[in-house]
Amino acid sequence: MTENAQTIVEFRNVNFQIGAAKILDDLNLQIEQGETLILLGESGCGKTTTLKLINRLIEPTAGEVFVEGKSTMDWDAIKLRRKIGYVLQEAGLFPHFSVERNVALVPSLENWDEAKKRKRVLEMLELVGLSPQKFAKRFPHELSGGQRQRIGVARALAANPSILLLDEPFGALDPITRMNLQKEFAALVKNLSKTTIFVTHDLREAILLGTRIALMEKGRIILLETPENFVESSQPLARAYLETISAMAKQRDSATNNTN
Amino acid sequence: MNFLEFLQQNWSELLALTREHLFLVSISTLFAVLIGVPLGILLTRKKSLQTPVLGVANILQTVPSLALFGLLIPIAYIGGIGAKTAIIALTLYSFLPIIRNTVAGISGVDAKVREAAVAMGMTDAQVLRQVELPLALPVILTGIRVAVVISVGVATIAAAVGAGGLGTYIFRGLRQNDNNLLLAGAISSAILALTADFALGKIEKLFALVRAENKSVNRRRKFITVGATALIVSLLGFSFISNFKSEISNSKAVSGIGNEKIRVGSKDFTESIVLAEILAQMLEKKGVSVERQFELGGNLAHDSLLSNQLDVYPEYTGTAFTAILKHQPITNPDAVYQQTKSEYAEKFNLVLSPSLGFSNDFAILVRGKVARDLNLKTISDAVPNAKNWQAGFGQDFMSRGDGYAGFARSYNFNFAKQPREMDLSLTYRALAAGQVDLIAGNSTDGLISALDLFQLEDDKKYFPPYQAVFIARKDSLQTLNETFEKLNNVISTEEMRRLNYEVDGNKRAARDVAGDWIKQKSF
Repeated sequence: MTENAQTIVEFRNVNFQIGAAKILDDLNLQIEQGETLILLGESGCGKTTTLKLINRLIEPTAGEVFVEGKSTMDWDAIKLRRKIGYVLQEAGLFPHFSVERNVALVPSLENWDEAKKRKRVLEMLELVGLSPQKFAKRFPHELSGGQRQRIGVARALAANPSILLLDEPFGALDPITRMNLQKEFAALVKNLSKTTIFVTHDLREAILLGTRIALMEKGRIILLETPENFVESSQPLARAYLETISAMAKQRDSATNNTN
Repeated sequence: MNFLEFLQQNWSELLALTREHLFLVSISTLFAVLIGVPLGILLTRKKSLQTPVLGVANILQTVPSLALFGLLIPIAYIGGIGAKTAIIALTLYSFLPIIRNTVAGISGVDAKVREAAVAMGMTDAQVLRQVELPLALPVILTGIRVAVVISVGVATIAAAVGAGGLGTYIFRGLRQNDNNLLLAGAISSAILALTADFALGKIEKLFALVRAENKSVNRRRKFITVGATALIVSLLGFSFISNFKSEISNSKAVSGIGNEKIRVGSKDFTESIVLAEILAQMLEKKGVSVERQFELGGNLAHDSLLSNQLDVYPEYTGTAFTAILKHQPITNPDAVYQQTKSEYAEKFNLVLSPSLGFSNDFAILVRGKVARDLNLKTISDAVPNAKNWQAGFGQDFMSRGDGYAGFARSYNFNFAKQPREMDLSLTYRALAAGQVDLIAGNSTDGLISALDLFQLEDDKKYFPPYQAVFIARKDSLQTLNETFEKLNNVISTEEMRRLNYEVDGNKRAARDVAGDWIKQKSF
């Protein structure tokens, strides 16, 4: 982040409640242009809620969320969503659309002409590492989980949104596929320099991808740090997360020692 | 006549009835889809409405079909007799499966897919059109298929409200004890139901293949969808055009002859049809244009007269006196006639024609052989034998004021078992076949001699008189009066029995039998 970085998304005293249950409790957060912010936390901590407030899939009970300086409630919801890419766990691809139509979804909604749309689909498929000749005409059920997730990313990027939201996109994948996708995605994000907000409960993913990590618990951000500072943090929950990694490392070390 | 010969002779009528049936089912399904699918969609948007709306649709479905038809008759604008009432009833019946499956289909769309659609910036209409409806389509089609199959069955009842269709053959077959008619009606509607089920099932399967979509399936799907649509559209067009044509020819007939037009109704049994046909043909000879609304069940003809959908129909004084005016039965024929006439004028503004000359009284019948063997002449003679007998009565006789309860009491009848309640027309057959031993039929029924049945004399004068008359709206009397006078006291009981037998026994059309009679009387 540079000195003159611009705030593109801002949460101001945001509450979100369902009945009496407080999901988000006075949340304040500024997200800068071009950064990759990780929302890290356990299930129910409010990280997905935070994400959905940005493209107004849900609306705050109190407080305001600003996107490009304008409250989401002042945005036309449809317009807002079309300029924000969204990737969900298990992709949420339309089962009755071919890969091509799935990727071209937002361009179609925006009435791009056919040639431009087709060109964009090819670019996007190349970008996520899938051969257009092989995959464009397939249907989601003919793809592996990893391939579907790639299409999900391609769909989110197709209309060239300035903000990209990802809700545990690699959560349901097998470990090897997940690692490959994480690496590729890290490179992709770096090249595209889009503002990315990424929800996960996997600290390693957070460290690999994030420029900043927001650790959430009970609807609040309890720690907001760069990955470098995060690993040094003395915050108890952060330590607990870090221990899951070091415990694994220790086990691996002892396993290697035994074989030697 | 065997069944195949019957089919050969009646092929064109059977086709016409099938077409009417198809018309009723397709129009009502079309309405049910046009209303039910949007309503189902609305219910997925306003969930609080789901319970009340589906509850109402559920209740509609549980109303017995004949009762629903009956309930609709007296309602202004939507009710009445003919295809309109039938289409409304069938539409109401089709709602439940269509609404329920629309809701289920849309609610069943994967939440992740819907969330993605909204998050990509689709409007509610786009989510619905591009995502929810295509994915829910197989489920909605199942609902439509269920509705069509139900409708094909229920539409057979439509004949009772004068809407035609294959039920006409079924009702006529029951009435005339004619297996060919029954089979033709029942088999045709079964074939119709199975064909519709099969064809719609095929279409549904193709849409369910959406997930395994590939080019060839896609092409085949398009082909079959286009084919089916074309078929349905042409069938609809065909029935519309032919219905329209008959409308035109009707209106031509009216305009060609002048302003006089009489709507003649009949109840749903042979005698009523023959009498109505006699009146209709005599009017036509006079140059009056006639619209026939025959074979109306229950008190439908009376209700239609009151709601100005009919001008005239044949009735019996005893029925009018007890079933409509709700009086206790009395036995003096003139008293019944006079009191009915004055009360009809006062209460309903309806007029009675002079008596046609015969009464169609309740006839207590036993098998001829039994009567001869046991030497039975009167009802009282039969009383001692009743402890070994099973009686069988029509629903009407079991329930009406001058029916079974009073009859058993006044003759002190004790039957071995509770009388079996069945369709009136079936009781003759059951008696002849020895399944029951005593029935209450109609004294003019042609089957009495045809099936060798014997009428026991009402020696205690229990049954009230049922003189045949026409009942007409006052405003049509001017046109009808001359014919009423001609028909004053000209048909004897024996003659009526013979006319009935011409239809029921010799299987001649009521129209021809009436025509011959008019010729013979040289009116």
